[in-house]
Amino acid sequence: MSFVPDFFGQALNGLSYGVLLFLLSVGLTLIFGMLDVVNLAHGSFYMLGAYAGLATIAATGNYWLAMLVAPLAVGAIGALLERACLRPLYGRSPLDQVLLTFGFIYLFEDLVKWIWGGRIRSIPPPEAFSGSVQFLGATVPSYRLFVIVFGLVMAVALWLLIERTRLGAIIRAGVFDAEMTAGVGVNIDLVFTGVFAFGAALGGLSGVIAGPIQSASPPMGAGILIPALIVVVVGGLGSLKGSLVGSLIIGQAETFGKAWLPGASMVIIYVIMALVVLLRPQGLFGRALK
Amino acid sequence: MIARLLGVGALVVAAAVFPAVAGAYPVKLLQEILVWGVFAMSLDLLLGYAGMVSFGHSAFFGIGGYVAALALKQSPHLLSALVLPALAAALAALVIGFFSIRVSGVYFIMLTLALSQMFYAYAFQVAWLGAEDGIIGVPRPRLLGLDLANATAFHLYLVALIGLAALVLWRVVRSPFGHVLRGIQENEGRMEAVGYAVQRYKLVAFVMAGTLGGVAGSLYTQFVGSITPDAFFWTTSGEALLMVIIGGTGTLWGALLGAGAFILLQSLVSSYTERWMLILGLTFVLFVLFAPGGIVGALSGRVGRRA
Repeated sequence: MSFVPDFFGQALNGLSYGVLLFLLSVGLTLIFGMLDVVNLAHGSFYMLGAYAGLATIAATGNYWLAMLVAPLAVGAIGALLERACLRPLYGRSPLDQVLLTFGFIYLFEDLVKWIWGGRIRSIPPPEAFSGSVQFLGATVPSYRLFVIVFGLVMAVALWLLIERTRLGAIIRAGVFDAEMTAGVGVNIDLVFTGVFAFGAALGGLSGVIAGPIQSASPPMGAGILIPALIVVVVGGLGSLKGSLVGSLIIGQAETFGKAWLPGASMVIIYVIMALVVLLRPQGLFGRALK
Repeated sequence: MIARLLGVGALVVAAAVFPAVAGAYPVKLLQEILVWGVFAMSLDLLLGYAGMVSFGHSAFFGIGGYVAALALKQSPHLLSALVLPALAAALAALVIGFFSIRVSGVYFIMLTLALSQMFYAYAFQVAWLGAEDGIIGVPRPRLLGLDLANATAFHLYLVALIGLAALVLWRVVRSPFGHVLRGIQENEGRMEAVGYAVQRYKLVAFVMAGTLGGVAGSLYTQFVGSITPDAFFWTTSGEALLMVIIGGTGTLWGALLGAGAFILLQSLVSSYTERWMLILGLTFVLFVLFAPGGIVGALSGRVGRRA
């Protein structure tokens, strides 16, 4: 394979992976920014999304319906988790919340294993994107192009939602200072639940989208969590822009690492993170640490 | 005080003579509990005393385990079994600690988590560490003319070492150094203001905990006879945290108790059902929600966790 097509093929792979990481990490970063919760179960939302999608496709054969059902189902699970389990912990040390979500990783993983079995399941891409296209000499599955475009559209939509709407203003205010936001008459409890559910839904959405690329298995949640956390650390906690830039960097670094530096590929993203923490501890777009 | 020392002494003796009265399986469980107990206690030094929530303690467990495996295959001696693994873990803790203590709170959690995953990624990938299969067929060391392949000798060796590790930790947390750590946990800013070099104390605590974590990993390799990349995986850190939380933080013996509860629950549940992870997750969630002081807290009627 010659250099240019190879390069573009890898870059597109990296971009589609980066877009998935973005959808996942944006929920993580918003939940952290607002609720001060490092949600270790966020990878589980990704896994739950993939399986909810699988179940929907098995029942209806319709991939697009799965893309709708999965985020709704996972969002509802997220809302329930926040209301029932996280809420009582807000007054306590942040460790308690981290540990609680850690417990849920086991719960969710085993529940899924119980219902669907432990083997790896693949999700077929939708009919319209099951082929591949030639792009600058590289053969690219058209589903990957769909994922890239969809992810970028989602990024713009999220940016508009958060920067240009009243709801977004409330979320930004809550991330900045939740107490003060409540003080000016916003029902902050509702916003907390809403943001958590929204983040969970985005995690579920990324899971169902990832299905045709990476296939589904119960441990996929614990596996994807680490790259998503690295994205958040690199981009800066609580920052939408940081989440996007971080995802694109990590997505490319991991993909090119695998192709060009197979010996060191899995270590590269950690080196990037260590450098960012050393040189700019608050992350590329994070607010300065208190 | 004397009563307490006698009590601890009686426990050590009881653990030592346990194989004389119990079958092979209970002895194996006890050994497993002791190995994980050391690991959990070393984590408690960070979590319960210095207030540092490390989600990357598996790094030291894995390093200790792998170094012991490599060295024991070369020459099965004390140096390979304990000294080299401890040194390697100490060095790693120095480097990881140097980076990690620059940040605190959730950043510390995420940084320690990610740095330990780096070791997992490396061990999973490279051939000289056996990639995903790890290193198998590790011989037990010979020690002072004693062949630890002998089951009784190995048991006594484990009990003695774990007793020693517990004693060291107990001395550390009672020392002025331990009190400074508690002070840092209570209020870092205040300790800094009264003139303590807080960062240096945190780094020393991190290295101490890492070293003992490495010893625990090495003992694990000797116990099982093999080591796999899973030792490095972040859920190993999570499970150790869980042991400390179930037992009760900031007491050391709570960590040991938590390790015991964890291992016993695991063996009990998995003999009845395949749903061990579900029960584990549920237990954990319930403990965090309703018994944040852990078993020790519940026993002593203390409700909230010192945080």
